[in-house]
Amino acid sequence: MTDAAQTFDDLAIADPTSTFGGIWRSGVLAALSWAAAALITVGLPDVVPWGSAKLFAGLTAGAAAVFLVLSFVVQRLGRAGEVLRHYGPWFVAVGVWLALWELATAKFGWLPKPFFSPPHGILNVYVTDGPRLLLCIVYTLRLWSLGFLSGIVVGYGAGVALGWSKPFAYWGMPLLKLIGPVPATAWIPVTFYFFPTTFGASIFIVALASGIPVAILTASGVGSVSRAYYDVGRILGARSWYLIRRVAIPAAMPHVFVGLFMALYYSFAVLVVAEMLGAKYGLGWYIQFQTAYSGYANVYAAIIIMAVLCAGIVRLLFVVRDRLLRWQEGFI
Amino acid sequence: MAEAAPLPLAADTDSLAGGGTAVDVRAVSHQFRLSGARLPVLDGIEFSAEPGEFVALLGPSGCGKSTLLRLIAGLERPTAGEIAVGGRPVDRPDPSRILVFQDPTLFPWASVRQNVTTGLEARGVLKQERGRVGEALALVGLAGFADAYPHQLSGGMAQRVALARALVNDPALLLLDEPLGKLDSLTRLTLQTELVGLWQRNGFTALLVTHDVEEALLLASRIVVFSDRPARINAEFRFDKPYPRHRDAPDLVAMRRRILGALGFAT
Repeated sequence: MTDAAQTFDDLAIADPTSTFGGIWRSGVLAALSWAAAALITVGLPDVVPWGSAKLFAGLTAGAAAVFLVLSFVVQRLGRAGEVLRHYGPWFVAVGVWLALWELATAKFGWLPKPFFSPPHGILNVYVTDGPRLLLCIVYTLRLWSLGFLSGIVVGYGAGVALGWSKPFAYWGMPLLKLIGPVPATAWIPVTFYFFPTTFGASIFIVALASGIPVAILTASGVGSVSRAYYDVGRILGARSWYLIRRVAIPAAMPHVFVGLFMALYYSFAVLVVAEMLGAKYGLGWYIQFQTAYSGYANVYAAIIIMAVLCAGIVRLLFVVRDRLLRWQEGFI
Repeated sequence: MAEAAPLPLAADTDSLAGGGTAVDVRAVSHQFRLSGARLPVLDGIEFSAEPGEFVALLGPSGCGKSTLLRLIAGLERPTAGEIAVGGRPVDRPDPSRILVFQDPTLFPWASVRQNVTTGLEARGVLKQERGRVGEALALVGLAGFADAYPHQLSGGMAQRVALARALVNDPALLLLDEPLGKLDSLTRLTLQTELVGLWQRNGFTALLVTHDVEEALLLASRIVVFSDRPARINAEFRFDKPYPRHRDAPDLVAMRRRILGALGFAT
């Protein structure tokens, strides 16, 4: 027991996420790298002015100060401290990255305007164009959530029907297999005819992109449920409806979640295109609009927002999955 | 094996003591269709069990005994012949006759309690009979595991849950398809004893498929010996001895020799 504890301590010291002499090493290094980024930003002049340099330097210097304080107190923060320590090397790396990024773009001009932007250039976009970006986020989330939710609801229903009912599978599966590989965006001409508004057409494109993977995976999930489970259900007096609800659907859940993750990525991918259909606001619209005017800093700013939104939603789906598929633990 | 005495008739588990029913299998033959070819598995099976009787169906692995249980359970219809349980022809599954498989086949997405609840819920009687779920779990000694998930259970515990899931419906006929076949030998001994206890206190008719002669002799009062596929009935032995039985009792050893002889093993 003591031996094991000893080994564990040795490992902890060798680990860069650990503390040394009561001081969190990565925290100190992160403070240094972020301070360097701050100094570079204010100390050297921009080749071409970008704006918000002082604000950026202030923020990075603030972060450096926080890391410095954390270096001494992180051990007392319990669970949160552990998480911080785990990401210590990342904090250092991000500071270094910001410093190099500043040098390569704004300070030495190796990566020139307008194709590249220093971090404070992107910050400047948030400062000067913030309200419009917020509106774009709201529009994009509205389009995405309406499209994604309607897509997965219809896709899920269709998938259960296809997996359960032989007639449905006979007529539906060939159609689904035919339509499935066609990119959702290829249907744009048709959607213009069927949908009175461009917003409706955009929702349909996102819904189609999300619905098809959910339908295919749900159908295969329901279809591959072991017959033994149905036998047990029938022996215990279950009729079809009960077997669908209590056997087929929960048994297919792991497949359904694979479909949902695919649906998430597809829906994000078509979002930009869907917002081409005469949208007035939206991150995809913003990216196209700014690209046309060579506002690449604005494009990067929007891309970062999109990436963070996508990652957040993916994370959320993981949380839901881990709750619903708790029963799978041990044999995933 | 001294604890093989009948389990005490605790007052709070009384509602699970239902009584047994008669089984009549008349000239049943069955074939599988495998890619066009016909594979006969049962050939003119004829036997019956009285209400409350414990009958073992003994035969080589893969001889068709399990198919016979599926037919009696109503999961499949025989190619020829008739099966009646309690005087009524079997044409579909019914929770009054429950088949317990060699694999516990618990629903992995449902907790132990939800698994045991399945039969009551499927029949829409859960509201009135919810109390039975706890009784059934107590009966198999798993009262504390109601909220566990199947992946957290050992093989023996999982099979106990499968038994509770059957018994909660108060079946008049319990069809046991090598339910102890995949368990380790010590768990097996324990569950054999418990099975006898459950049978004695609930009074259901039990048909046990097994290829273990000793298990048949420890549990059953009658042993039907099947031939290799297509299965026919080769011999029947009556073994009306009191419980608990001991595997090394002289009469059991003698009977085992006779049965092994009937199975074609000279001893």
